[in-house]
Amino acid sequence: MKRYMAIQLTLFLLFAITGAFAQDWIRTGTGLGVEKIRLAAPDFKQVTTDSGTQNLAMTFNTTLSNDLQSAGIFDMVSRSFYPLSVPGAPQEVHLSDWGSPPPSANMLAFGNLGVQAGSLNVQGWLYDTKNPQSPQVLGKQYREAATDENARLVAHRFADEIIFRLGGGIHGIAETKLYFVSSRSGTKEIWQMDYDGANQKQLTHLGDIALSPHVSPDGSRVAFSGVTKDGWQILMYSLELGRLVNFTRFGGDNYSPAWSSDGQNIAFSSSRSGNTEIYTVSSSGGNAHRLTENKGPDVSPTWNPKTNAQIAWVSGRTGLPQIYTMASDGTNVGRATDQGYAVSPSWSPNGQFLAFAWVRHYGPGAPGASDIYVMDIASKQWVQLTHDGGRNDFPSWSPDGRHIVFQSNRTGKVQIWSMLADGSETRQLTTAGENSQPNWSFK
Amino acid sequence: MEEQLKLTRSQWFKVVVALAVVLAVSACGKKKAAPPPPPPPPSAPAPTASLTANPNALNAGQATTLIWKTDYATSVTIDQLGKVDPSGSSTVTPTESTTYHLLAKNDSGTQEATARVTVMPAPAPPPAVTSDETQAQMFAQNMKDVFFDYDSYDVTQQYQQVLAADARFLKQHPNMKFTVEGHCDERGSTEYNLALGDNRANSTKQALVSLGISGDRIRTISYGKEKPFCTESTEACWAQNRRAHFVYQR
Repeated sequence: MKRYMAIQLTLFLLFAITGAFAQDWIRTGTGLGVEKIRLAAPDFKQVTTDSGTQNLAMTFNTTLSNDLQSAGIFDMVSRSFYPLSVPGAPQEVHLSDWGSPPPSANMLAFGNLGVQAGSLNVQGWLYDTKNPQSPQVLGKQYREAATDENARLVAHRFADEIIFRLGGGIHGIAETKLYFVSSRSGTKEIWQMDYDGANQKQLTHLGDIALSPHVSPDGSRVAFSGVTKDGWQILMYSLELGRLVNFTRFGGDNYSPAWSSDGQNIAFSSSRSGNTEIYTVSSSGGNAHRLTENKGPDVSPTWNPKTNAQIAWVSGRTGLPQIYTMASDGTNVGRATDQGYAVSPSWSPNGQFLAFAWVRHYGPGAPGASDIYVMDIASKQWVQLTHDGGRNDFPSWSPDGRHIVFQSNRTGKVQIWSMLADGSETRQLTTAGENSQPNWSFK
Repeated sequence: MEEQLKLTRSQWFKVVVALAVVLAVSACGKKKAAPPPPPPPPSAPAPTASLTANPNALNAGQATTLIWKTDYATSVTIDQLGKVDPSGSSTVTPTESTTYHLLAKNDSGTQEATARVTVMPAPAPPPAVTSDETQAQMFAQNMKDVFFDYDSYDVTQQYQQVLAADARFLKQHPNMKFTVEGHCDERGSTEYNLALGDNRANSTKQALVSLGISGDRIRTISYGKEKPFCTESTEACWAQNRRAHFVYQR
């Protein structure tokens, strides 16, 4: 097992590829040179045969397969390589059929599901094909009310177990949520969806403009900015109560809230002094501090979630917006980008990287695409993740640090996409209306 | 015939019979052949009537209650209300001073009654509405917006002059309060544009303050690129959207 655990550690470490900087695009990746775990995950066997079971099985199998594929740490064995007989239980497994060519799987995930008395029963196993003496890595049983939603949920849980075991002890993201802005109801409102784009739900009904949702680390509240009779204010939506709850209002316009990862503080931009500046306030709305003081616009703060001792943000103090970093008390200001138009920073969960949107060559005659970049903060070396034209903006890291969700108008309309943190495996998550400013939950 | 229509219900039958006879006869002969109308019913006492308004003096927009009472009348009308019950009340909202006129009739005669309601000229509110309208119109006509260069929130020389004219107008109308809306073109990022719009609104406010306009009269808000004036992706359109827009505050 240890060799699998080690593989993950190299995931982030390929940003320092020399020659990728200031060159035209060459494909680099966080997983290059690393052998991914070769995983076979045949459809779970149905132990009951009614049409209800069939539908749930289809949902379960599709969801599990999608979760494992998009995890970014597996080389999924093509179905055409599977042996003729697919196991549904341990006694049906012929490990050598799976471990040898053509499947050559390192790992085999299999199981069965059935519906009894309105309950969905799922048994799942993970076997190491190279360890015939004691192959079982994982054995799990789930029992939930037989609904489509629960079939998805159980698949997410089993996928996350596998990813946790094989991904170096980092929790999977199959049960995480995304918060975003959608205009599909006619006005910009805050919406929620699963990490894979399923279960899209409208949360707010302001009827004016709601922007910049950021969910609290415990997943109980969503802070966002909304137009009120007092101008722009930081508003708070309780996911537990399903409604807006009070939050302190300040003078001027207030927007772009960001939670510290301990849930203690919120950083945001406020124009109460007559200039837009970065402030922090406790999560209960008290104890406001101003961190910046200069003439230009200051907006879009993001905390270093590893330490909560640093904040990156966007400042127009020297002209076009650039990314800056400072200590969370406002001292020790440093500049991260030095050209173009750089906005929307998001700090990676391990504290090492900033993802942001950058129009790198800006000005007359320069290609005007806004792309997603990731910068290693210590070395200021960066890699470009999107190359597909259009305006890509508002990257947000998944809690496992392996994925980034962002908005792009590459298909004409602004929609939400996800990708691996090396820019591969892009997936479009939304299609209805226009959707923007995605924010990935902390867990 | 008109007189006959005023008969009470119990008398209607006789009239109908008489009419039928008239029609039957006139069908085969001339007018002269019509028999004389039936004799009038035993005469009732002449009607009595009273009409009061309570209150009888009020401001425009307020309501008053008309109360009337009649006896013996077979038909009661109030000019402004039409046919009414013999006795009753009604709420009216006259817009100007009005004399309500009641006419009670029966076969024996008619009786009139009047009630005068005096409406005071409306005090402040209604004229204020119209004056607010004109104030807003005047404001919109005179207060010229400020336009900005790309990614800039500096008020250029050209728009300093525009603001000087705006300030002259504001000094002539010291009671006017207003909002400065900061707007940006569609390029650039949503959040940065909100901040840029705030800076545009605030630099415009500061310029007016330095021209002697009290900051207490001025609110600011940024709409970033959320509420564009022009939606095409052209430089002409973008230039229209990079502005500080003045909105009269009621």
